[in-house]
Amino acid sequence: MKHLAEFRDPELARRLLDEIHAAVTRPWVIMEICGGQTHAIMRHGLDQLLPPEITLVHGPGCPVCVTPLETIDRALAIAARPEVIFTSFGDMLRVPGSSEDLFGVKSRGGDVRMVYSPLDALELARQNPDREVVFLAVGFETTAPGNALALRQAAHEGVTNYSQLASHVLVPPAMRAILSAPTNRVQGFLAAGHVCAVMGWEEYEPLAADFGVPIVPTGFEPVDILDGILKTVQLLESGKPGVANRYLRAVRRQGNPAARAVMTEVYRVGDRKWRGIGVIPDSGLLIRDQLAKFDAERKFAVTDISPCEPAVCLSGQILQGLKKPDECPVFGTDCTPTSPFGATMVSGEGACAAYYRYARKGLS
Amino acid sequence: MNQLPDPTRLSCPLPVLDHETVQLAHGAGGRLSADLMEKLILPRFHSPELAALEDQAVLDLPPGRIAFSTDTFVVSPIFFPGGDIGDLAVNGTVNDVAMSGARVEALSVGLVLEEGLPLADLHRILCSMETAARAAGVRIVTGDTKVVDQGSCDRIFINTSGLGVIPAGVSLSPRHIRPGDAVLVSGTLADHGMAVLTTREKLGFASEIRSDTAALNGLIAQLLAACPATRALRDPTRGGVATTLNEFASAAQVGIKLDDEAIPVRPAVRGACEVLGIDPLYVANEGKLVAVVPAEHADQALAALRDHPAGKDAVRIGEIVTQHPALVSLRTALGVERVVDMPVGEQLPRIC
Repeated sequence: MKHLAEFRDPELARRLLDEIHAAVTRPWVIMEICGGQTHAIMRHGLDQLLPPEITLVHGPGCPVCVTPLETIDRALAIAARPEVIFTSFGDMLRVPGSSEDLFGVKSRGGDVRMVYSPLDALELARQNPDREVVFLAVGFETTAPGNALALRQAAHEGVTNYSQLASHVLVPPAMRAILSAPTNRVQGFLAAGHVCAVMGWEEYEPLAADFGVPIVPTGFEPVDILDGILKTVQLLESGKPGVANRYLRAVRRQGNPAARAVMTEVYRVGDRKWRGIGVIPDSGLLIRDQLAKFDAERKFAVTDISPCEPAVCLSGQILQGLKKPDECPVFGTDCTPTSPFGATMVSGEGACAAYYRYARKGLS
Repeated sequence: MNQLPDPTRLSCPLPVLDHETVQLAHGAGGRLSADLMEKLILPRFHSPELAALEDQAVLDLPPGRIAFSTDTFVVSPIFFPGGDIGDLAVNGTVNDVAMSGARVEALSVGLVLEEGLPLADLHRILCSMETAARAAGVRIVTGDTKVVDQGSCDRIFINTSGLGVIPAGVSLSPRHIRPGDAVLVSGTLADHGMAVLTTREKLGFASEIRSDTAALNGLIAQLLAACPATRALRDPTRGGVATTLNEFASAAQVGIKLDDEAIPVRPAVRGACEVLGIDPLYVANEGKLVAVVPAEHADQALAALRDHPAGKDAVRIGEIVTQHPALVSLRTALGVERVVDMPVGEQLPRIC
C-alpha cells in the first residue's frame, strides 16, 4: 500500500534493529505512550527482536482505558433516557461500567448508535430536532480538535439538542505524574505521533529538562517505532536528554495551530481523573462555561453514581509502566477480552488486550 | 449512493402491479398474495417442483448421504457494490452445502417482507436470486412469503435452505487434517465485509471495493476432481479466515502457521481496513473457501482452483504443524510469530 509499505519494509527494519543492538550497552526502560504503538509492537512482534537490555513498558495512551468508570456510568445513565440518542465511537460501546456496557443499554431499548465522526452525531441532531443527541467525547489531543469543531459548529448553528459528554485527557501531565512517582522506572519515552501532530513538541521540552529524559515523537509502523527506539537508546547511552522528533512526515514543532485554536476555543484545561491512576492536576479538557448548554454532564443531572472497580485489577500499575500485563495474576485466566476486569483488557488499544491477542501463549 | 444501471433489469422487466410497495394484504392469502406470487415470484423461480404449487416439493435425489443446511440473511444495506441480499442468500446456502463436497440439488426460499418495501426493490432482489441460482445450477423448489408490519423487520429478510447429495467416497472434515498439510485460500480476503461496511456507514471512500459473493459449488467440484485427497473445506464468512482456521485447529488439535506476506488482500480493501483499524483476517467473505490439502497435492489443488474463475487468485497461505495445538500463528514480515486468536464479538473501529 502506498506510503505504508515503506514503513513496514523488513530490510529497513532489520537494519534499524542491527543499529539498536550495536548502540545498547546497558539496561534501559522505555515507555511507548500510545496504545496504538503498543498494539503495533505486539502485532509485528517487535518486542521479541529487541536486545534483552531494552524493556518496553506500555503507557497510558489508550483513551478507552483511562476514561474513568464514573464517566462510563454517567454515559449509561444518559443513554438509557428515552429522549436521548446516545452516540459514540465503536470501541467505547463495549467498555463495562459498574453494571453493564452501552450494548447492554441498547439491548434494553436505549437508542445507542455508533458513529465514525463527531460531525455524524451533529447531523443526527439536525435530523432529529425532537430528540437529544449526546456524543461521548473521549480521547487525547488527537480526537479533541474534531470534537471541538463539532461542538463549535453546533453552537454556531444553534443546534441546542446536541451535547457532549466530554472526558478528554492530555498527555504531558500524565507523563509528569509518571516521572514524579517515587516508584517510576521509565527512563525514556516514545511520544505519541498523532498527539504531537496536533500539539507539536514544545510542551515536552520542559519535561525532558526537568526529569533528564529523552522524549522521541514517532509513528506507528514498525520502521517508525524501531527508528524511535534507536534514537531514544542513542540519547540514553550518550546521557543527553531532550526532545528529538522522529515522526518527520507528520509532526512540526508547533503542531497544527488551527486544531489547537479550536480546542482552546471550546475546552479549558482542568483536573481530570484517569481510570486506574487517579486525579491528575490540569490533565483534562473541560467544556467552557459559555458553552455549558452543550455539556451533557450539566444538561443531564445524573446522581447515584457509585463506581465499583474490581480490586484485583492491575490496570493502574500497567498504565504507569510499573507492571506488564502478563505479571497480573488474573491475566488470561479470569480476566480475558470476553470477561474483562479492567479497561486495559477491553480496548483493542489496551496493553492487556494486545498481549492476550498476539502473545498470550508461548509460541515455538 | 448513485445506483449503477443494473444489467439484469434489461432482461428482467418489472411486471405491472396495482401497488408500488408491499402491502399487508400481499401476505394475507387473497388476491394480492396470488398476484405477488404469479407476477413477481414464480416467473423468477421456474422449477417444476415450485410450479406444482403444492405445500411441499417432492424430489427424486441420486443415492448418497444428504447434506442439508439453512441460513437467514438480514444484511443491511440490502443492495451493496457487487451484490444484494438476494444473490447473497442463494450463494451463501449453496456454499454451506457444497463445502461438504455435496452436489447441491435444491434450495428453499423463505421471504419476510416489511410492509412498505418498494416492489421494484423486491423484484430486483428476486431477479438477482434467479441469476445466482442459474449460475450455480441449482433449482429453487419450495418457498414461503410473509409480510410483517412496518418496523417489524428491516425491509426484507431471506431464509434459504439447501439440500445436496455427497458422492460416494467423498468425506471432508477438519478431523482429517494432519500435520504437514497445506492451507489454501481461493482468492483475496475481506472483500464482502469491507464492501458492506464502507457502504453501510457512508464512509465517503471513493471505493472500488465490491462484495465477492459467488457460488463455489463449481469450484469445489473442480478441486475435488483434481485433488480427491482434500481434507477439509469451509467458507470463511462471518469472523473471516481467522475464525475458520481457529475452528480447524481446535477440531483437529493441530497448530496452524500462516505466512503474513502470502495472505492475499486487494490494495483498496487493505487501505480501508487500515483506516478503520480492522484486520482483514477477521472480515467476512462470501465467495471464498479455505481448503486444507495434503502438502504433496497442494500444487495440483492450486492449479485446479486457479483454473476456475472463482479461484483465479488462489494461493497457499500456511501449513499445519504439530506445535501449539489448537492455536493459529502468523509469521510476520520480520520473521516473528504471533497469535491469530478467535475474534471477540464484532470488530469495532478504533477511535484514534
